[in-house]
Amino acid sequence: MTQQTHLSHESEDGTPEAGEARRDPRLLATAASPRGWLQALRRNLRGGELGPLPVVVGLLLIGIVFQSMNDRFLSPQNLSNLTVQIAAVGLMTTGVIMVLLLGEIDLSIGSVSGLSAAVLAVLAVNTGLPEWAAIAAAVGVGLLIGLLHGVIFAKLGVPAFVVTLAGLLGWQGVHLYLMGADGTINTSPSGAIAMLTQTYFVPFMGWAIAGIVIVLYLIAVFAVERRRRLAGLPYKPLEEVLFRAALLTVPIVGGVWVLNQYKGVPLAFLIFVGFVVVLDLVLRKTRYGRMVYAVGGNSEAARRAGINVDLIRISVFGIASTLAALGGIMLVSRNFAASVSTGSGAELMMAIAAAVIGGTSLFGGRGNAYSALLGGLVLGAITSGLLLLQMDTSVRFMITAAVLLVAVILDAVSRRGRKTHARGGA
Amino acid sequence: MSTPVLELSGISKTFGAVRALSEVDFQVRPGEVVALLGDNGAGKSTLVKVIAGVHPADSGGSIAWDGKPVGISAPADAQRLGIATIYQDLALCDNLDIVGNLFLGNEKLHFPGTLDEVEMESRARELLDSLSVSIPDLRVPVASLSGGQRQIIAIARSLLGQPRVVMLDEPTAALGVAQTAQVLDLIERLRDQGLGVVLISHNMADVRAVADRAVVLRLGRNAGDFPIAETSYEEIVAAITGAADNPVSRRSDRTGSSALATEDNR
Repeated sequence: MTQQTHLSHESEDGTPEAGEARRDPRLLATAASPRGWLQALRRNLRGGELGPLPVVVGLLLIGIVFQSMNDRFLSPQNLSNLTVQIAAVGLMTTGVIMVLLLGEIDLSIGSVSGLSAAVLAVLAVNTGLPEWAAIAAAVGVGLLIGLLHGVIFAKLGVPAFVVTLAGLLGWQGVHLYLMGADGTINTSPSGAIAMLTQTYFVPFMGWAIAGIVIVLYLIAVFAVERRRRLAGLPYKPLEEVLFRAALLTVPIVGGVWVLNQYKGVPLAFLIFVGFVVVLDLVLRKTRYGRMVYAVGGNSEAARRAGINVDLIRISVFGIASTLAALGGIMLVSRNFAASVSTGSGAELMMAIAAAVIGGTSLFGGRGNAYSALLGGLVLGAITSGLLLLQMDTSVRFMITAAVLLVAVILDAVSRRGRKTHARGGA
Repeated sequence: MSTPVLELSGISKTFGAVRALSEVDFQVRPGEVVALLGDNGAGKSTLVKVIAGVHPADSGGSIAWDGKPVGISAPADAQRLGIATIYQDLALCDNLDIVGNLFLGNEKLHFPGTLDEVEMESRARELLDSLSVSIPDLRVPVASLSGGQRQIIAIARSLLGQPRVVMLDEPTAALGVAQTAQVLDLIERLRDQGLGVVLISHNMADVRAVADRAVVLRLGRNAGDFPIAETSYEEIVAAITGAADNPVSRRSDRTGSSALATEDNR
């Protein structure tokens, strides 16, 4: 172990607590004060445990730079539009993160989102199916495609890169075939599809959702820390729990407040954040999530532990394509149309870039669902800011590339930090 | 002598035209460390895989568990009986923490199907305490542990299934001096807890340090079963190599007993 200092909790504040009785003296104790947390934070940073800090700093920088160049950037209207704009690619990113956690890649998500958009438009407009049924069918198509990719990858042993590269080409072909000669199918501007991105919750609803989330978080955290204390395990002191809750509350309350200044919390953004939160809970709190991390970390070890590795792989590809299909539906909803170019532009690259910028490793087993939200916000903010400044797509691509490179370099450097601080290199 | 917890008699195993094991007998008693020795290709790994259920034995031999005949035809059979095998590559997930690795595939759950981390961490702490293993933070990724600690975590994980026989394949092969001592200590504690331990090792110093008995295989056949305390190093080497005429004894004849002495005092 590389613990340098011998510091016991008792010597810090004099009173050994019941729960501290079995704490190992070699563990560096974190004093329950802002100074103690700062020290712990510095220790983590030096050890390569950057957490979300670089992305948050990046977001603040982006905000400051663009706001100084155009004072409409941080206006509630622009920020509200931003949250709706990132929902589509954000959902796709969430799926990409699942695949990246396995240490694999899915190149087909752009094409799948485009195909899902085409299926949606053809069913809802050309065949006159109810819009909700068309949405369900489009999602179902995504799921089936993902399961197909997963089966070919897991059961036949074809590398995921090749399977999904074939998917990238093939599903785009099906997409173009379905769109036919028209090239564009306009959807109703008032139906269920349009509602997805046109609905905003009244201020009261936004506050209610924020309040429920924060209260649930507090209840869950207090319950866990209480159980840890009763079981004699190391637990976080009350001050630290409240401090973390405050760190969560600030962006939630701030976000709802800003969004309420315009039209309220957009449904599209809520769907995106909802998927991120659910996926995060699944990954961290359920046996399924643990299996996904295990397969991504060491698939042979996972297999020997009795995990059905093939099933995990197939299900993850199913989830990724389903989320890509949802992203395609969002694209149609926002444009009131599906066209031959839906999902065939930069969406795939943006989704993968957002996942990496958010902090998910390309090497498997390391990352979390919140990468989708953070990375999506960074890329969305850059896009939105450059549009406000009336810059060309060319500039956007170059700046996005630079941000992506910085993110990957940070990841590589912090991985080196983790190695030298013996916290694992993956 | 107590009845063997595991007893194999007349076990054979052929792969195509190759007879990897022929008529091998093998026993493990509770609270005993048995070293399984043999040169490369002697059939050690095959025998371990037969016991672990990876390669079922040919018909003809018999396996008895607590004196009762049993069949082991799949890894699950061996696990159900209470045989745990720790292979050389350990099979740990580097990105998961110690608790996550210990309970991998065997997680404790709360009511709504979520992971019960508190229960798992307490159980992990108890388990490691009972093995006198001291690791300060059970929430660090396994990648950050030393080779000896990783070996210990792999052994500890196999103990969660409450096995009665633990088979270790070259547990000290990649370890330094201090880490080897940690693992040997752990093997002794397993023996003291009444488990039967099968130790495959090329390192005669380790074998002499912890094993009670050495079973030697040579070319797929039994070549001797020695109580370690009463057997000299030369006798075991002779059994492994199959003759008194072997490089090690030739060297000792030439140089007096010095070569063996250094070997022994290592």
